[in-house]
Parts: sequence; structure tokens; C-alpha cells
Amino acid sequence: MGRFMNTRTLPLLATVVVFVLIYAVCAAQYPAMLGLRVMGNLLTDNAFLGILAVGMTVVVVAGGIDLSVGAVMGLTTVALARLIEGAGLPPALAFALVLALGGLFGTGVGAAIHYLKAPAFIVTLTAMFLARGCALLISTDSIPIHNAAYDTLAAAALTLPGGGRLTLVAGIMLLTFLAGGILLHGTRFGARVFALGGNGHFAQLMGINTGRTTILVHAFCSLMAALAGIVFSLYTRSGYALTGTGVELDAIAAVVIGGTLLTGGVGGVAGSFIGVLIQGLILTWITFDGTLSSWWTKIAIGALLFLFIAVQRLILVASARYGRSGAGPAAPNTPNQATSAPASRPSSGAAAPSAS
Amino acid sequence: MDMKTLLGSRKISRQGLARRMLGIGTAVLLGSLAAGCDSGDKKGLTVGFSQIGSESGWRAAETKLARQGAEQRGITLKFSDAQQRQENQIKAVRSFIAQGVDAILLAPVVSSGWDEVLGEAKAANIPVILLDRQIDTPNVDLYLTAVTSDTIEEGRVAGRWLAGKVQGRDCRIVEIQGTVGASLVANRKKGFEEAIATAPNLHLVRTQSGEFTRAKGKEVMEGFLKAEAPGSICAVYAHNDDMMIGAIQAIKEAGLKPGTDILTVSIDGVPDIFKAMADGDANATVELAPDMAPRAYDILLAYRKDHAPPPKWVQTPSKLYEPDTAAAEYARRKDLY
Repeated sequence: MGRFMNTRTLPLLATVVVFVLIYAVCAAQYPAMLGLRVMGNLLTDNAFLGILAVGMTVVVVAGGIDLSVGAVMGLTTVALARLIEGAGLPPALAFALVLALGGLFGTGVGAAIHYLKAPAFIVTLTAMFLARGCALLISTDSIPIHNAAYDTLAAAALTLPGGGRLTLVAGIMLLTFLAGGILLHGTRFGARVFALGGNGHFAQLMGINTGRTTILVHAFCSLMAALAGIVFSLYTRSGYALTGTGVELDAIAAVVIGGTLLTGGVGGVAGSFIGVLIQGLILTWITFDGTLSSWWTKIAIGALLFLFIAVQRLILVASARYGRSGAGPAAPNTPNQATSAPASRPSSGAAAPSAS
Repeated sequence: MDMKTLLGSRKISRQGLARRMLGIGTAVLLGSLAAGCDSGDKKGLTVGFSQIGSESGWRAAETKLARQGAEQRGITLKFSDAQQRQENQIKAVRSFIAQGVDAILLAPVVSSGWDEVLGEAKAANIPVILLDRQIDTPNVDLYLTAVTSDTIEEGRVAGRWLAGKVQGRDCRIVEIQGTVGASLVANRKKGFEEAIATAPNLHLVRTQSGEFTRAKGKEVMEGFLKAEAPGSICAVYAHNDDMMIGAIQAIKEAGLKPGTDILTVSIDGVPDIFKAMADGDANATVELAPDMAPRAYDILLAYRKDHAPPPKWVQTPSKLYEPDTAAAEYARRKDLY
């Protein structure tokens, strides 16, 4: 056991094991899935989901949730299509504009949560309806984007051996994960996010400006949703208001499968990355099979989520029983932990950044 | 480990419970993974089909005929249901390419955003056939052909039938449209208007959207019956059969006899409208043929044999059915839907 077997690394380890296991089963059955082409496809096809998962991880680590990301992504794609196709804006300017609007939207959401003391679930649900409604108001049709620069960006890719391609959007996703990891595990802001998610009250007592952190966290998440919208519009070279319906739940699933606790305070983006890949892999496998209903993807994801929640619970209980003398940070705040948590809480917040 | 011990006993430690839950989770996971472990290595063609979803009876029939048709021709069909999401369709097409299928059938959920992935299919020399809907692209070389119905023609067929049916008699027509904004709706309206424009005795007096549903179709027809003078509506045209079935209900509730007092003509050819025709409640339907995939298979097989590219648009026939064949047609279709 020792230092690496704590509440943070164990779920991540379980996620990696499950990924390798599923990949092994897939490869044994369909050797074509071993190739770099399928790997490249996985990264490209799930780029938008990965970027959403980075934002979602930060929100969930901070103890919140954001249901509006799919709608913000959809709104971004339509807004981009209108700005570039209708208003004739150059793509770079349109990108900057939608990113700024995304950040602003998230700031509003975060402010509503903090100042109205409203549950994040309700506020972001409202935001979801708002964003989706705006998107449909702009256009109910899918709008193709005909722009030379856009085509170049969408087609930009490194050719991998074996017919695979590492596309620009996949690269953006990988960079986003890297940036998310640094933000969460290597900055003071990241430490504040962990402290806020661990226990908001104690975070406040420690002198952390919880309001500012909450607002920044949601601004970051919506910014990521807008970036995901840009990536999606490059992916399809069009904008459509119903893009990303229900995708916020896929992002939350990826985050949970990745070992981030929905109660906050524990987690990281590396696990979310694997969580995204697992979902993509299951869908690929089902398509390769070609006889199963693709709704099996949902069933498999449901089973996996259940498995991971059970694993997390098991680890929490085990670490509460036997883990006192262990080196890892104590279990995060769950109702039965509340009494023993205070002493260990600050060290948990401080220990987390170094654990990546 | 029975459920009673699992759920009932308080003596189980939390840890034990967690371990059991873990066990169940793993079992479910492995079970779902093992559920389809027969990889088919049959000789012959392998075709991937990315379907939009299973939102309507018509689409379910299209899927069913795709499976049946593949089996009859010895084709291995890889089927993927996109659950109405374009990204799932793109993923499916990419997986088909990675798998090296011989051809791809695509029923696109939206019209734009296909250039990239179809370009990849083209680069891999895999022909793509569009089913049921066209796509919006500057480069028509991306697909081999599109098998769809002519939605304007569907409206024309309905209009021509009505003109022939009423002969020279004056006729006030009401129209129940589909969901406003869809190109399909604009086309079905346009075709019908074209056909009745040739007959000066036919007048389209009212038109409203019934959103393709039975409930809304009934509601709209109730409104029409109240708004028009009693006995003045001579015929009703609905953009799909479901709305017409709702309208028939409304006509009956108003004390009139559908099919006699008010003529009906609608589009799609779902089993229930044949039943209504057999019962004497409806007069005509224009079929939207659901056998698009089998047609695509035949085009594909011919193309592989003689390498002559098919026309870019293969129209499925828009055939009109009347009550004389309704009972037989109903019997033939009721299992498909």
C-alpha cells in the first residue's frame, strides 16, 4: 500500500485497469481495433467530450455540477455558424467572441449560485434551458459553414502509421487536458478548488474567497464548453442548435468513471480522460460488432458507473477503517466523516496538488 | 448470495456490502461485454448502416427491411443506431471505415457537416449511399448515390388523385401540415398546390400545422370543422397518415362520416391508415416506400459488378393506394411496423 494507494490514486488505477481490460477484449475480438487508426478516431471523435470533461472535472472537484455545458456547446456551434456564414466574420474573431461569451455566461452562472445561495443543480439547469432556447431562436436548421480557413483547420492532421490521423481537434483536446491538469494540480487556484470541494465552510475559515472561486470555476467550465463548441463545429463544419443534447451527462459519467468524487474535494483530469476514452471505446466496439443495439452503450456505461461508485465507496470505507495510519489524505467529507475531517482537511487540500 | 442476504441483513459490514456491489457491477459489465461475442467471418459483402434512430414506425420498418434485405442477399450488415445524434453517426462511419467494410449506408440526421468523414470514406475507397435524406455539400462525389423519395411528387400524387376524385364539382380543401420549417413539409405542400392549381374547382381554404402527431392532427381538424360552415369542407389533405388518423377521429366526433362526407388523402402508408381505408374511414394514401436499404443493396451489387456509376439520385416510387387493396396491404404491412 503506502503513499500511492490513497483515495485519489486507487479509483484512477481502477479506471486504467478497466480501460486496458476492455481494450484487450476488443482487440482480441477485432484485431483492426489495435491500429492507430482507431486510436486516432477515438481522440478525434471524442475531442469535444474530453474538453467538456476537463471543465466538468474542475466543477465537480469544487463540489458543484454543471448541467448547462451541452447546451452552451450547442449554442456556440450555431453562433459560430451565424457569425462566420451570416455576418462574414473571420473565424479567429468569431472564436474569440464565442469564448468570451462562454466565459461571461459561466461567470453569471457562478455568481447566481454564490449570491443567490441557490443549488448549482437548479441554476445550471436554468442555464441549460436558457442556452438551448437561445440556440434554437438563432436557427432550428443545421447551418453549413463554407469558409476556406475553416476547411483548412478542420482537415489539419498529422498522419499516423496505419492510416490513422491525429487531427487538430484531437490535439486541442490533449492540450486542454494538460492545461486542466496544471490548473488543478499545480496552481494556487487548483488548491482552492480542492479546498472548496472538500469543505466549503473550512475553506472559508482558511481565508479562501469561496465566492470568487465558485464564480471562476463556473466561468472556466463554460469557457471549456464554448471551446468544445468550437471543436464540434470544426468537427462537422456546421452549426446546429440541438448539438450536444444530453452530452453533459456523458461528461459527468466520464468524470465519475475517472475517479472524481461527486461529493467534491477528490479527483483529477487524468481519470476523466480515461473515462472519455472508455465511453468511446465501448461505442466503437458495439459498432464493430454491428448486431447489437447501440443503446448497449448506455447500459455498459450505467454498469461501469455503478461499478465505480461501488469501488469508491469501498475505498472510502476501507480508508476510514484502516487508513488512519496510512500516508494518504483522509477521506473527503461524507456525512459520517464530518466529525473526523477537520484536522485532516487542510493537509488534504495541500496534498492534492502534488499528487498528479 | 441471495438478494435477501444482500439487502436485508444489517450484519453485513459496509465493506462487505461494497465488495458485493463491486462483484455485481463486474458481473454486469462482463455480461454486457460478452453479450455479442460471435464475430462473423462470412464471405461476401459487409455493409455498415448508420441509421438515425428508431423514432417512428416508418423508420423501424426501414431498419427491419434493411436487415431482411441483407440476409436475403447474403450481405453481412453492421447496424448502428445513432439515437438522433450526428456525432454518433460520424463515429459509426469512422468505425465502419476502420473496420474495412465494403460499403456504407447513411441516413443522415442533419443535412450538413458530412464532408470530412465522407472524404475519409472516399480516401479509403468505400462507397457511401445516402438513404431517405439528401445532404448539403458542394462535392457530390463524396457519395455514390442517394436513395430517397421525391417529396414534391408525393404532394402532386395526392393532389392529382383528389382532382380526379371530385371531377368538376366545387371542393373546399383543408390542409394539415407537418412541422413547420422542415424541407419535407414545404415540398409536400408545394407539390399538392401545383397539382390542384390545374383544377379551378379545387380551393385550398385553410392550412395549419399538426406537427406530424395524431393528437395535434385531431386538434387542428376540430378547429377547421368549427371555423368552416357545416358541410362546407369537401376534402382534407394531411402531410402524414398519423395526423390524418387524428383528423378522422375529429370528423367522427363532429357527427360526420370521414371518407364519405369529407374525402381524405394523406402520405406515408403506415398500417393504421390501411386499416382505416379498409373500414371505409379514409380514401387514399401515398406510400413513402420503406424499402430504401434493399434498393441500395441492389444498386451496390450492380455497381460492383459492372463499375458503372449509378445516377446521383435514385427516386423511390410514390405509389397511391385506395380502399380496394387496403385490407390486403394492411395484412402485408402490420408485422413490418
